[in-house]
Amino acid sequence: MVSIQNLHKAFGKNQVLSGVDLSIKEGGIFAVLGPNGSGKTTLIKSILGMVIPNKGTITIQGQPIKNNSSYRQHIDYLPQIANFPSNLKVKELIKMIKDLRGKTTEDERLIQLFKLDPFLDKKLGTLSGGTKQKVNLVLTFMFNSPLIILDEPTSGLDPISLIRLKDLIQTEKAKGKTILITSHIMSFVEEISDEIVFILEGKIYFKGSVSELKTKTNQPDFEHAIASILTENHA
Amino acid sequence: MRSRWSYVYFAFYLLLGVVLLFLNNDLSKAVITLMNIIIVLVPLIGTIFGVMYYYNSKEFTELLLAQPLKRSSIFLGQYLGVALSLSMSLILGLGLPFIFYGLFKSTAIWDFSLLLITGAFLTFIFTALAFNIALSNENKIKGFGYAILLWLFLGIIYDGLFLMSLIMFEDYPLDKLSLLGTMLNPIDLSRTLILLKLDISALLGYTGAVFKQFFGTSFGLVISFGMLVLWVVFPLLRILFKAKRKDF
Repeated sequence: MVSIQNLHKAFGKNQVLSGVDLSIKEGGIFAVLGPNGSGKTTLIKSILGMVIPNKGTITIQGQPIKNNSSYRQHIDYLPQIANFPSNLKVKELIKMIKDLRGKTTEDERLIQLFKLDPFLDKKLGTLSGGTKQKVNLVLTFMFNSPLIILDEPTSGLDPISLIRLKDLIQTEKAKGKTILITSHIMSFVEEISDEIVFILEGKIYFKGSVSELKTKTNQPDFEHAIASILTENHA
Repeated sequence: MRSRWSYVYFAFYLLLGVVLLFLNNDLSKAVITLMNIIIVLVPLIGTIFGVMYYYNSKEFTELLLAQPLKRSSIFLGQYLGVALSLSMSLILGLGLPFIFYGLFKSTAIWDFSLLLITGAFLTFIFTALAFNIALSNENKIKGFGYAILLWLFLGIIYDGLFLMSLIMFEDYPLDKLSLLGTMLNPIDLSRTLILLKLDISALLGYTGAVFKQFFGTSFGLVISFGMLVLWVVFPLLRILFKAKRKDF
């Protein structure tokens, strides 16, 4: 599905990714973890073509992504910070994205699911952070793409919406889709992910299931396993 | 945001056109006054709007970048959106009052169309330059600073330097140099083009005669418009080049 070879990226003198090799097979939920500033978002943005890598190749569904834009038709992306044009109404934004990517009828179901009906005629600039995140989720899930990338999907969500989001992710997984998630909420990651990719200092430090990580670090639970990696490498 | 300001801009030109016609009571005189305003104002508005639009629509750009769209079409679309709406405001805002005043029956029609064409060119040139500046500067304040500086340089400082160099080297034949100097600045080039068309080049003395010889001919006119086109094309190419390599 996604294959990354020897990916390097530096912003000025700040080397963010230094030789990432990663292959993600089709189907399942993959969590990308790592401390702040470890390059999670840079990795995701490289896959989306928003960040241009200094070195290395990325192929998605067998297609190299360099100088290509059509492959993004097969990706649904949820950005980390929901930055929307503040003068647009929610309705207008949804319509515009639909115009760009093609027809869908999923949007109404998702609007119902996240109870966004009363906000449809409001401008995006006046919405709260959590409501913006819900709009963000609607925009992401309303297309039926085989690859879904979620950058911090839980931020700002209330408990009920969080449960709905988990259900939504599980139903998408059941359809055989590949889902890539970054999150700092360890319980969320442990609950939903099939496989974990741990990034440290610009490299893949660990790739495997949660139980493999626990045996590797000799820790009884997931949160401590992650913490032990971090203390070992930063102490 | 963009549309609201372009209406204001349109209304401003409409008002300007009406007031000038009312005060001058003569088409060709109004054209001369308009030239002085357009030559300075159009580049300023193009630069400011270009920079402002780019920074304001940043979030929107990021949203579009994750969609299956080519980068070149995203940025070209934004550029054309700004440049076209500004040019339309200029052309309609000034055109309407002049048409109602009886432009089509007057001899000033060619002067006036030349004025509008160069105005549109200046809009495209300076919007493109502004996008270049905004693309290269993440910092808004810096971007605005450079944009204003660019306008100040091409609009005012360049002329000063040009004049000083002419005085310093006055012992040498300068007609070639001054021609070249004029060609290299789109504002000067537009001003010269319009002035010569207005047949007041006699005011310019000997250089005026040289200029008239050059710009007055169809060859000179073609070269001048070629220069204006180049001033649009090069910044545009740089926009596309920069946009392709930028990280968001």
